[in-house]
Amino acid sequence: MKTSRLTLAAGYAALILVSVMFITPFIWLIRSSLMNLSQIFTMPPEWIPNPVQWGNFKKALTILPFDTYFMNTFIIVIGVLVGTIVTSTVAAFGFSRIQWKGRDIVFAILMSSMMLPAAVTLIPSFLGWQMLGFYDTYYPLIAPAYFGGGIFNIFLLRQFYLTIPRDFDEAAVVDGAGYFGIYFKIILPLSRSAVIVVALFTFLGTWNDFMGPLIYLKSDHLFTLALGLQMFQGTYTAQWDLLMAASAAIVLPCVIVFLVGQRYFLEGITLTGLKG
Amino acid sequence: MRKGLFYGLLFTSPAILGFLLFTLGPMIASLVLSLSDYNVFKEGTAFIGFDNYVRLFSGEDDLFYQSLGATFYFVALRVPAVILISFAVALLLNMNVKGRALFRTIIYLPSIVPAVASAMIWMWLLNPDLGLINTVLEWLHLPTSNWLYAESSVIPSVVLTTLWGIGGTVIIFLAGLSGIPKQYYEAIDVDGGGWYSKLRHITIPMVTPTLFFNTIMTIIGSFQVFNEAYILTDGGPNNKSLFYVFYLWRTGFRDTEMGYASALAWVLFVIILFFTFIVFKSSKSWVYYEGGGRS
Repeated sequence: MKTSRLTLAAGYAALILVSVMFITPFIWLIRSSLMNLSQIFTMPPEWIPNPVQWGNFKKALTILPFDTYFMNTFIIVIGVLVGTIVTSTVAAFGFSRIQWKGRDIVFAILMSSMMLPAAVTLIPSFLGWQMLGFYDTYYPLIAPAYFGGGIFNIFLLRQFYLTIPRDFDEAAVVDGAGYFGIYFKIILPLSRSAVIVVALFTFLGTWNDFMGPLIYLKSDHLFTLALGLQMFQGTYTAQWDLLMAASAAIVLPCVIVFLVGQRYFLEGITLTGLKG
Repeated sequence: MRKGLFYGLLFTSPAILGFLLFTLGPMIASLVLSLSDYNVFKEGTAFIGFDNYVRLFSGEDDLFYQSLGATFYFVALRVPAVILISFAVALLLNMNVKGRALFRTIIYLPSIVPAVASAMIWMWLLNPDLGLINTVLEWLHLPTSNWLYAESSVIPSVVLTTLWGIGGTVIIFLAGLSGIPKQYYEAIDVDGGGWYSKLRHITIPMVTPTLFFNTIMTIIGSFQVFNEAYILTDGGPNNKSLFYVFYLWRTGFRDTEMGYASALAWVLFVIILFFTFIVFKSSKSWVYYEGGGRS
């Protein structure tokens, strides 16, 4: 494909400009998190903190019990991850590798729930959990993951399973395997990357969830990082140094997870977009 | 294989049960609640038929119209902005340039930042007195703004903060773009056409299925904006950013009028269904599927 030099140069320049715009908030975040207030308020603004205020992180993370919030978030994330991976892979298997009457209709009905705004089920779900005595516990945040792990994940895995040749299943059947055998010996090992995609999305979704904890948790000692950060902001409104340090500490695990699993992320998004 | 139905249902039973327990059940309950005056702090609950809906549309509830207006404004501003910018950025990323992977990472990265943290960062960037954005504008001798703190600029400002997270949409566009066969472009080269004819006659028609998917997802997502109103603006100033789901949350959980809030939820559902339906209907005339068949 021919592209003229000029077009390429203009494109390059535009790409660099866009990237600078996308990365500047991160730089501003890190830079502010390592300054004290008088450094922050210097005009014209300085980009490199001098001296570097590492103490901000310690201060910000001890004013509120962020270690507790971290553990709480971690517990919820692990609970949700296990449930999601087990039940979404099993369901995707049932919707793609087993022939049964009504399968595609049932799948279509489940898929249609993606259009349903969360707001519709929010209030009855809340009342239901409250009636069961689970308000202000992690059950409402974790338990639903054990019931299919979200239709989006099932959809994504099913898309992937459909690309695995049927011959593999048949060969396994000849060897005497049943559906469980096919699931454990063929599909799971071959769909490792899709499972990682689901795990990564689930991790981020749970780590970042704000509305769920906001509605179901009341006691401070049960709060998640997202809730803790929001509370912190309410209390230390103009303390930009500490706010940015706390924010950076919460962003960091996400960035690490993303950079480690980057390849899988891009594959996963591509997989969902292709046959929308 | 035999016993397909048994095993099919066995494997999918957690998902089906989940659908019944966490989607269909609550949906029915929500519909019933919306016909009642259920309020956590009120003795007794009565069925009041469509009174909640009448109250919504009779004009008695100013805030309902306020939140509807704010949300429509947000959607009308955000959807075209997200789609156009994501598409443009995807076009840039689809060029054959060095360092593509790095650019892609930089553009995707913000979309994984937790909403609360992203809100903090933007609150600080958009701070009228000391924020980076006004500082830069001043330095360029351009007019500054009060951003989130002015009635006229609050919604555009919230849209701006959400544009930082368009990475996912960009990557989906990029996947659509990379699926276009190279020969098509070569045909234009042979005919002596430039980048514009390539864009107009090949790229845009070929990317319409992706455009369709992204548009639907962006519309559904934009109507449900909540975190930004809760964290960034608290619906203000003067209720100008009282987004619909935020108002719903306030009505249901702060004012504990859960019957009325359920009616609000159903109105939102109908609105989202309506717009999704319109895009679906219109797609027949503008979405191009290779081979001519509808997918």
